Amino acid sequence: MMKTIVTSIVMTIVLTVLVGIIYPLAMTGIAQLVFPKQANGSLIVHDGKVIGSKLIGQQFGSEKFFRSRPSAAGSGYDAANSGATNLGPTSKALIDRITHDRDSLQKLYPELDSVLPADMLTTSGSGLDPDISVANAMMQAKVVARTNNLPLDTVTALVKHHIQGRDLGFLGEPRVNVLELNMDLLDHLKHP
Amino acid sequence: MTTNAIIQFAAYLIVLILITKPMGVFLANVFRGEWTFLTPIFGWIERLIYRMCGIDPNSEMKWTGYSTAMLIFSAVSGLILYGILRLQQYLPWNPQGFGAVAPDLSFGTAMSFTTNTNWQAYSGETTMSYFTQMAGLAFHNFASAAVGIAIAVAVVRGLIRSSVQTIGNFWVDLVRCTLYVLLPISVIATIVFVAAGMIQNLSPYVTLTTLEGAKQTIAMGPVASQEAIKILGTNGGGFFNANSAHPFENPTALTNFIQVVLIFSIGSGLTYMLGRMAKDQKQGWAIWGAMTFLFLAGLVTCYVAEQSGNPILSKLGIERTATDTQPGGNMEGKEVRYGITQSTLFATVTTDASCGAVNSMHESFTPIGGMVPLFNILLGEVIFGGVGAGLYGIIIFVILSVFIAGLMVGRTPEYLGKKIEYREVKLSMIALLSMAFCILGFTAWAVVYPTALKSLANQGPHGLSEILYAFASATGNNGSAFAGLNANTQFYNVTQGLAELVGRFFVIVPMLAVAGSMAKKNVVPASTGTFLTNTPLFSALLVMVILIVAGLTFFPALSLGPILEHLLMGAGKLF
Repeated sequence: MMKTIVTSIVMTIVLTVLVGIIYPLAMTGIAQLVFPKQANGSLIVHDGKVIGSKLIGQQFGSEKFFRSRPSAAGSGYDAANSGATNLGPTSKALIDRITHDRDSLQKLYPELDSVLPADMLTTSGSGLDPDISVANAMMQAKVVARTNNLPLDTVTALVKHHIQGRDLGFLGEPRVNVLELNMDLLDHLKHP
Repeated sequence: MTTNAIIQFAAYLIVLILITKPMGVFLANVFRGEWTFLTPIFGWIERLIYRMCGIDPNSEMKWTGYSTAMLIFSAVSGLILYGILRLQQYLPWNPQGFGAVAPDLSFGTAMSFTTNTNWQAYSGETTMSYFTQMAGLAFHNFASAAVGIAIAVAVVRGLIRSSVQTIGNFWVDLVRCTLYVLLPISVIATIVFVAAGMIQNLSPYVTLTTLEGAKQTIAMGPVASQEAIKILGTNGGGFFNANSAHPFENPTALTNFIQVVLIFSIGSGLTYMLGRMAKDQKQGWAIWGAMTFLFLAGLVTCYVAEQSGNPILSKLGIERTATDTQPGGNMEGKEVRYGITQSTLFATVTTDASCGAVNSMHESFTPIGGMVPLFNILLGEVIFGGVGAGLYGIIIFVILSVFIAGLMVGRTPEYLGKKIEYREVKLSMIALLSMAFCILGFTAWAVVYPTALKSLANQGPHGLSEILYAFASATGNNGSAFAGLNANTQFYNVTQGLAELVGRFFVIVPMLAVAGSMAKKNVVPASTGTFLTNTPLFSALLVMVILIVAGLTFFPALSLGPILEHLLMGAGKLF
């Protein structure tokens, strides 16, 4: 019995050093050496400043920008506090929120269709979803063209340029990265 | 189903079939103590560990000795984790300066990680230091997975040996599993994950100014190395609160696909290992077939329910049909990059196995879509299952199946040439009933205990599902959640911790006892009256027994939760 306890203690320490310290540190070393950009968060530098991560969504409130999905992370896209609403399908709170958001969107943007893509009004699992669906982006293109006084074709072309297809051609869903699209839009406005 | 969904699911099934044999052969070699291609790299470390711990790798244990070693190792390593959680403010790699974790949360977390559950009543990025994540939590991701696999191997040895007392050496199985199976695959997975965008650093959180001029703080950490073992070892404890929905924990649909493959890889390989060790490969495939049937049935049900979406939302003018440019369906709690397809695939796989990682929020699934993960857990997570736990779990149902078949033809039941007798059936029933008693007992307590009800995030039948899911997940050592439930309360931390212990050890110890008693028996030559266990007929019987046992036990609870909610959702009722 005593011997088993001692063996357990020593085993825990030895394995902790091996898989709890050496393994993650060695992996950190290799990652920093071989893939420093990814390992540090795929951060995006714009005009000399870090303005975000390619993988982490941001809140966009201005009418001039494409909007991200609604977010339940903190007060919205809080990347130090990821999370979801966890509201069930028969939750009154969920239905009230979606009704409210739909009404205010359609009031603000009369050019939106009467049937909206699901991702436009639902929150994501992480609250940090960097993407929106292609249909969502295309519908918003009409709004963004008006608010920025750009021809619709120009904005549509920008969106098309940012469509990422399914991984390996068949995995997941086609999508548009909102931050990259908005950065490109901003550049386009500055240097038409 | 859309054509693309069928392609994605078919690709998954093909990859699963392709990896089963190589994984099974490799596992068999490792646990027979044979030479593998990794021996030159890890052989000396293995011998060094035996020397440091005073282990004689050639001595074997009876089932009692094996159980004792396993229990004491779990207790000691669990206590050490409790210590780390309570003392993390004095330990290194804590750039955010997180303080000690509260005592009840530390207890719940220590139990949860020791039992391979990884139920998390906290947010990783606001609670745990990097040291705690690596040396505390990730260590248990390795250790609890290795313990599960070791038990499965010991049970298989018991089934295939004859006229002996011993079922292997716990320490040797633990060490060989960690060194030859878990660590090398984790290393490769980590590198692939980082290449695809997962982070791996020890930096403080990054604070930046967004394009619109707002401030955003982005959590950092050694994520990829932890993610690899979290998935491979079917642990499921996320580095971040959002788990595998977080873009740093699962950046693309491709990493998502690799994750679901890794979750099933060892469980699927173990069925092959069983066939190989029993020298009858069809025995392994018969079990694999039953598992795959149940997996596909759950996957299709979940997918169809989620793609059909919520009729209440479509009345509000939200698209439910998938097109080439948007996923449609029920997107609440799901990420755009996975859509409905990869989200439902992950939800089904993570609950078939006792993984419990999530890439979408099961709580926000439609009632039937959310019932599939819950039902998978209630079946005992025997559909490939947690690493090791899936195999020794399905052996319970195999024993019941041959017992029932034996009753029907009036002959003593046999499995792998051994008679199944009173003792084995009794022990299997202890394992099965303690899980059911624990899930239903604690759920019943919680629904009549006002303090426990205060934790609910949703009302109506969904509230019952929330509590039932919590205790099913804890007892099944799954760790996923209907996560709206506020489980960081004294009631849930303690009851969940106890449920995890019951679900883990009240299954493991009886199954090791079965292994011990089977190892002693002689092999009886097969006769014309023997009910064959290596045929599709047996797979079908096994599926029936699993469904009837779980169905009868949990159907009343499910009908009051998800099934009732489904009917009410159709009628547009809100809570």
